[in-house]
Amino acid sequence: MAFTETYRDPQLVTQTIQKIKDIITKPWVIMEICGGQTHALMQHGFDDLLPQEIELVHGPGCPVCVTPLELIDKGIAIAQQPDVIFASYGDMLRVPGSEKDLFSVRAAGGNVKIVYSPIEALQIARNNPDKQVVFFAIGFETTAPANALSVMKAKELNLKNFSMLVSQVRVPPAIRTILSDPHNRVQGFLAAGHVCAVMGYHEYLPLAAEFQLPLVVTGFEPLDLALGILETIRALENGKNEVINAYPRGVIQEGNRSAQDIIEKVYKTCDQKWRGIGTIPDSGWKLNEDYTDFDAENRFDVGQIQTKESEVCISGLILQGRKKPFECPAFGTLCTPQNPLGATMVSSEGTCAAYYRYQRK
Amino acid sequence: MEEKKITPTIENASCPLPLRHNDRIVLGHGSGGRMTEELIQHVFLTHFKHPELLLGNDFASLLPPQTDAHQGRLSVSTDAHIVKPLFFPGGDIGKLAVSGTVNDVAMSGAIPLFLTASFIIEEGLSIQVLEKVVESMAYTAEEAGVAVIAGDTKVAERGSVDQLFISTSGIGWIPEGRTINGQSAQIGDSILISGTMGDHGIAVLAERGELGFSTTIQSDVAPLNGMIAELLKAAPHTHVLRDPTRGGVATTLNEIARQSRVSMLLQEEALPVKKQVQAACEMLGFDPLYIANEGKLLAVVPEAETEQALNALRAHPLGKDAALLGKVIAFENETPRVLLQTLIGGKRIVDVLSGELLPRIC
Repeated sequence: MAFTETYRDPQLVTQTIQKIKDIITKPWVIMEICGGQTHALMQHGFDDLLPQEIELVHGPGCPVCVTPLELIDKGIAIAQQPDVIFASYGDMLRVPGSEKDLFSVRAAGGNVKIVYSPIEALQIARNNPDKQVVFFAIGFETTAPANALSVMKAKELNLKNFSMLVSQVRVPPAIRTILSDPHNRVQGFLAAGHVCAVMGYHEYLPLAAEFQLPLVVTGFEPLDLALGILETIRALENGKNEVINAYPRGVIQEGNRSAQDIIEKVYKTCDQKWRGIGTIPDSGWKLNEDYTDFDAENRFDVGQIQTKESEVCISGLILQGRKKPFECPAFGTLCTPQNPLGATMVSSEGTCAAYYRYQRK
Repeated sequence: MEEKKITPTIENASCPLPLRHNDRIVLGHGSGGRMTEELIQHVFLTHFKHPELLLGNDFASLLPPQTDAHQGRLSVSTDAHIVKPLFFPGGDIGKLAVSGTVNDVAMSGAIPLFLTASFIIEEGLSIQVLEKVVESMAYTAEEAGVAVIAGDTKVAERGSVDQLFISTSGIGWIPEGRTINGQSAQIGDSILISGTMGDHGIAVLAERGELGFSTTIQSDVAPLNGMIAELLKAAPHTHVLRDPTRGGVATTLNEIARQSRVSMLLQEEALPVKKQVQAACEMLGFDPLYIANEGKLLAVVPEAETEQALNALRAHPLGKDAALLGKVIAFENETPRVLLQTLIGGKRIVDVLSGELLPRIC
C-alpha cells in the first residue's frame, strides 16, 4: 500500500503538474485511449488542475462500450434459453441491448451470474455438468490472456458444457483508425499502461513513425497520469514523435511473453466490429481453428438478430473523441446511469458515466 | 389335510408416531399448531424473556416510557434483513436485524426501547442455525438495552426464501426538545463519521468467497445507541444523524444534502478507510464511499460543537477512528450536491450509487 500512497502523494503530483505548466507554450489535444484513465483523471479532479492549453479527449478504450450490439443481443438470447448459465463480468449486465439488458433477463428467470474472472465461469461449468455454461468473453488485450486460458483449461479438462461468446478487441488498430480520420484533432496519445503490461509497446512504434506524433505509455495513479501527460507535452513541445514509457514499473517493451503465448495459442486476428465506430480491420481476436468448438456462436442457434440503436445517443462520436458528453442533448436528462441509452453511460469505464459521476455541473 | 390355524399375535404391534422434526424446520413449524408452539417455546422463549412475550398474547401492552405521555415523541422504524451468508466475520443476520433497527430508531435522537421481530424461515433450515441467530439477537438486544416484546414466525416452502429473512420494528422515545432529522443540516455545520468506511460490505463479500482472495476484515455491525447517547451529551445541538448502510457514505450524504437543500464539501484526505478495505476496493474497482456499513454513523453538528462531538465519538469503543469529513456549504446551481476536494487538490462530484455495485472488468 505504501507503493500506492507514493503514487498518490499530493506534493509530487502538484510538482509534476507545475512542470507541465512550466514547459507548455501552446494548446495541445491529447487522447487518453483507456476508459479507466478517463475515470481516474476525473476521480482525482485533474480537469481543475491541468493548464488550460491541454484538451483531453477521451478514447474508445471501454470494453463494455465497444462490444457490438448484435453480440449483446446474442448474449441475451442465449441467456434466456433453458439449461444455460450465462456468466459475465458484472459491468456487462446493465448495457442496453436492442430491447433489454442482461439484468432484465435475470429478473425474468434467466440464470445470469456475475463472475470476477473467466476461471470462475469454468468452475461453474465443472460444478453443473447438466447445464451449458457460456462466458461472455469481452475486453481489450487486458482480459485476453485470462479469457484464453479458460478455454485452454476447458479443452484440457474435456469440458463439453463450456463455451465463450467472444468480443475481444485490440488497441493499436483503433488508434490507427482515429488517426486516419480526416476530422482527427488528436496530437498525442496516452497509451494504456495495463494493455502495454500485457502486449508491450512495440506495436506503437510504427504508429508514432507513420503519423508523426508521440505515444506515451501511462499508468493509472494520479502521479502516473501527471507523469504521462508531462512526457506527452514535453515530446509535443520538442517535436519528438516517438513512443515513451512513462510507466516503467509496470511495462517493458516486449510485454508479458507468457500471456502473449496463451493469446496466440487460442485466438487469431480478425476484423472486428466496434459499437458506435464500425468495423476496424484486424482489430479483434476470435477463437482459432483449434478452439472453434468452444465458440458459443457455433454452439447456439440464436437466429437472425435484428439490432436497434437509440436514435438520440451519440456514443459513437463520444467513443471517437469527436464529441464530449455535454454536447449530447440526452446527457443527464433522457440518458442517465439508471436509464442509459448507450453503453458509454453504463460502464465504469464509459466516458459519459465518468462525466455524469464526477463532473456534472 | 388339517389347515393350520394362524393366530394373530400382538407382540409387534406399532403405532406410527410422527417424527419429532427437531433438527430441521418443516412446514408444520409454521402451521400455528403444536409444532409452532414447540418451536416458540424451545427456540424463541429460551432467549427472549420479556414478561409481555411470555404472556402469550398476540400483542404486547406497554406503559408509555414517561409518566407524562405528552412529553417528547415516539420514534418508530421498521427494516427487513436479508444477508448471504447468514453468518459472516463480525456478525450474523440476528445481530444485523437488531442493530439495523435499533440504529434507525436511534438516528432520530431517540432512546430505543422495544423491538418486534418477524421470522420468515425456509423449510429445511437447521433449527440449530435458527437458535444461534436467535441467541445472537437476544445478546445484541441486551447490549443495546432494548427488549423484544412481540414476534411472529412463518415457514415458506423450500426455494421460496433463502434460508432466513428477519424483519424487525423498533420503538423509541425522543426526549422533549430534541430535533434530529435529515432536513436540519445547516450551512457551516461539520460532517463527522464515527469510523472507517466499507468494513461490512467487504467482509460480507469476502465471506461469500466471491472475491477470489481472502481478507481479515470484520463487519462493523453493532448497535450505535450507546455511542449516540455520549455524542448527544457532548454535542446537544446535533442536527442530523444517519447510518450509512446500503449505498454507503456517498449515497447517505446525498440524501441529507437533498433533504436539507444544502451542498457538502468533503476532504478526500480525511476519509477513513482500513488498508485491507482500500486494497480490496482497488482490486475490484469499488469506491469505499459506496460500500455498506452497519456500525457507523454520520453526524452533522454545528461548527461550535465539532471538537466535543469528535472527542465524544473517539472516546467510545465503536468510534475510535471517528473523523471530520468536511463541511456543509451553500449550493450554487439548482441541485444540492456532495463535492470532494481530492488529495491532489482537484474537485469533483460524489454522486449517489446508481443500481448495483459492479466490479470492473480490467
